[in-house]
Amino acid sequence: MRALNFLALGLLFSIGLGISGMTQPGKVLAFLDVTGAWDPALMFVMGGAVAITFIGYRWVLRRPMPVLADAFQIPTRRDIDGRLILGALMFGVGWGMAGFCPGPALAALGSGSVEVMVFAGAMFAGFWLQKKVS
Amino acid sequence: MIEPGSIPAALVGGALIGTAAVLMLGLNGRILGVSGIASSAISPSSDGRLNNILFLAGMLIGGAVLTAALPASMPGAITENYGWLALAGLLVGFGTRLGGGCTSGHGVCGMSRLSPRSLIATLTFMAAGIVAVFLIRHVFAGTA
Repeated sequence: MRALNFLALGLLFSIGLGISGMTQPGKVLAFLDVTGAWDPALMFVMGGAVAITFIGYRWVLRRPMPVLADAFQIPTRRDIDGRLILGALMFGVGWGMAGFCPGPALAALGSGSVEVMVFAGAMFAGFWLQKKVS
Repeated sequence: MIEPGSIPAALVGGALIGTAAVLMLGLNGRILGVSGIASSAISPSSDGRLNNILFLAGMLIGGAVLTAALPASMPGAITENYGWLALAGLLVGFGTRLGGGCTSGHGVCGMSRLSPRSLIATLTFMAAGIVAVFLIRHVFAGTA
């Protein structure tokens, strides 16, 4: 039964992405097009999400442990390495080409669009390939 | 009906995304990073694989609900050029795993933790996206 909370969280996250505008790649590209007809609306997605998360994380981390698990698993690395920069560069170029980052692409799969399936299929191939070569 | 992607909708949607991230940490002790969740869902040896698969299933159900209830939020892709979409998807998949996160893990969760890695990653992928769109639209006038 505990596992079902993951289903509910995926649903909530996906609905949030859809309402926010992140599942509209044309809107995402207009946000990234700062020298053209720039559409700043999606800045407010990050603003709203970070505001809630910044406050909520501090509130949650006052507890000794999570409600349904034994311990908090929080990344501890602080170093900036070449993999981080190169990976973020590659991701940004792909994002600017198609207007989809991973979350919205997976939410948009629920629409049954063949073009989104092509993008998402290649994205999963990218996950697999990166694991293979590292 | 709200218009998805308008400024009020962006704030509401962002707040829902943040709420999901907070609940993921509060209930399961985990960071809500979609590229990590999705890549471990296809990895047979990963811990908590069923949880990750269920999260993805929830996302797909959410997408289907949005398609029915708020069709303007689900316009599909910007092009029918499969080669272009596949190259973009490959870069997004490979890049997010190489860099250890995407817009959710680095952008929302990492920035909220004030992680220096996530701040640098977010600034880098935002800048790369802006440069890519500039080159495609204003220099080469290509697909996007």
